[in-house]
Amino acid sequence: MRQTNFQVKHNEKIAENVFKMQLGGDISGIKAGQFVNILIDGLYLRRPISVCDLQDDELTIVFKVVGKGTEKLAEAVPGDMLDTLVELGNGYDLGKDFEKPLLIGGGVGVPPLYLLAKRLIALGKTPTVILGFNKQSEVFFEQEFKALGCDVRVVTVDGSYGARGFVTDVMDADYDYFFTCGPEPMLKAVYAKSKASGQFSFEERMGCGFGACMGCSCKTITGYKRICKDGPIMFKEEILW
Amino acid sequence: MVDTRVNLLGIELTNPVIPASGTFGYGYEFADLYDINVLGTFSFKGTTKEPRFGNPTPRIAECASGMLNAVGLQNPGVDAVIGEELPKLRRVFDKKVMANVSGFSVDEYVYTCQKLDECEEVGWLEVNVSCPNVHGGGMSFGTTEKGVAEVTTAVKKAVKKPVIVKLSPNVTDIKAIAKACEDAGADGISLINTLLGMRMNLKTGRPLLKNVTGGLSGPAVFPVAVRMVYDVSHTVKIPVVGMGGVSSAEDVLEMMYAGATAVEVGAANLVDPFACKRIIEDLPRVMQKYGISALADIKRY
Repeated sequence: MRQTNFQVKHNEKIAENVFKMQLGGDISGIKAGQFVNILIDGLYLRRPISVCDLQDDELTIVFKVVGKGTEKLAEAVPGDMLDTLVELGNGYDLGKDFEKPLLIGGGVGVPPLYLLAKRLIALGKTPTVILGFNKQSEVFFEQEFKALGCDVRVVTVDGSYGARGFVTDVMDADYDYFFTCGPEPMLKAVYAKSKASGQFSFEERMGCGFGACMGCSCKTITGYKRICKDGPIMFKEEILW
Repeated sequence: MVDTRVNLLGIELTNPVIPASGTFGYGYEFADLYDINVLGTFSFKGTTKEPRFGNPTPRIAECASGMLNAVGLQNPGVDAVIGEELPKLRRVFDKKVMANVSGFSVDEYVYTCQKLDECEEVGWLEVNVSCPNVHGGGMSFGTTEKGVAEVTTAVKKAVKKPVIVKLSPNVTDIKAIAKACEDAGADGISLINTLLGMRMNLKTGRPLLKNVTGGLSGPAVFPVAVRMVYDVSHTVKIPVVGMGGVSSAEDVLEMMYAGATAVEVGAANLVDPFACKRIIEDLPRVMQKYGISALADIKRY
């Protein structure tokens, strides 16, 4: 973990209640699947947000406005400084034995899969990508994944864009490993449907975000784990629902 | 040059700043960030006889100037603390540590305290009496004079190291509780533990915390803590360790003017992992600003 100050470079709405923010500063050491914890003026606890992309000296985060913290973040303008803890969480394990990865993202669980896709492509393992949203107005990043060269399938629950249904309805792709991030009901459905092994990103209310307070603990097959420090990425084999 | 040293029950601290139990783990998350030997000491994660997972999540909720937690004393149990955590701690911390102990019966307190009393690394036992007594209808030990006296008497009989009883603020008369601890042989008092609180989720109409209620900490509780430290330090003769919302060197001095011998820092560590280091580095400047040359000689009100 490291504390750093980022400068807001760009902040724009990319879908209904979803914002993409570019932050300039020291991004060294940050890995795909990790998160950052941002101090927001006037609020006591920091806000954990997943790492979406890293390029040159910029960190990209994509977040949905769900409460006071993300409302304030959405109002940030270029030049604003954000006191941020970085290099939090374990990040994805790319060393597993697989050739054809499948990425499954739901809603605001999509962002961390973007940097992951770039990392997988660098390893010569271009992933197939399934993106699930509630409705058309919430869809984002379809073009971004396509631009990377991924085969992208979009589903919406109400059928207003792409195929109608859930991410699990289009999991018939040819894959031998998967990575998934999204709401817990979706993660459970992916867990039940998937034949291959894979990695899950979890979310929980956090106090500190770096393993000190035990606020985000969960039970796993391999013992008690802190989502913030031992996660947020967990292997399929260790998950206890 | 100013002198930040204080003496806590026979052990000299280079400064009075002590990260509070439950906000500092067993030290090594923070040892990755800075040399934790700059601390006076720290109070490690509340330890019980048996391992505990604690409460279901969400365990954390935010509020104005603070937070609620309902972690529920998650810890690996005293045997694992002694066998695994203390050897790791020894690699990053040269000073005596404060062992924070919880229990659900007098026997459990005695068992855990006795085991930790034998550890060379431990300088003080901080006994958290805010847990429910399973043999007393679930009522917290810390809410009655009889409850705190029972725990204090039994623990004191079983150990050699100084016993600091950590009090809950959720009582009618904190002075009577503190006096009962002193009369039962406590060597010191620390306070305040968290204030019981609750918040509701407007989207669901249900509590934000799965446990329904949780302990309030952070700057929101600071004035309550200062008042209770003042009340207790003017009631008992034994040293008082003050805590509750302390976030700055100024807050440390305020606690000491109110009667604290040393000061614990809790929630601030979670928001700013460098909080204690920053406070310690700030202390000399703030002492100079207010004309204090030695913390040990501070003229308490």
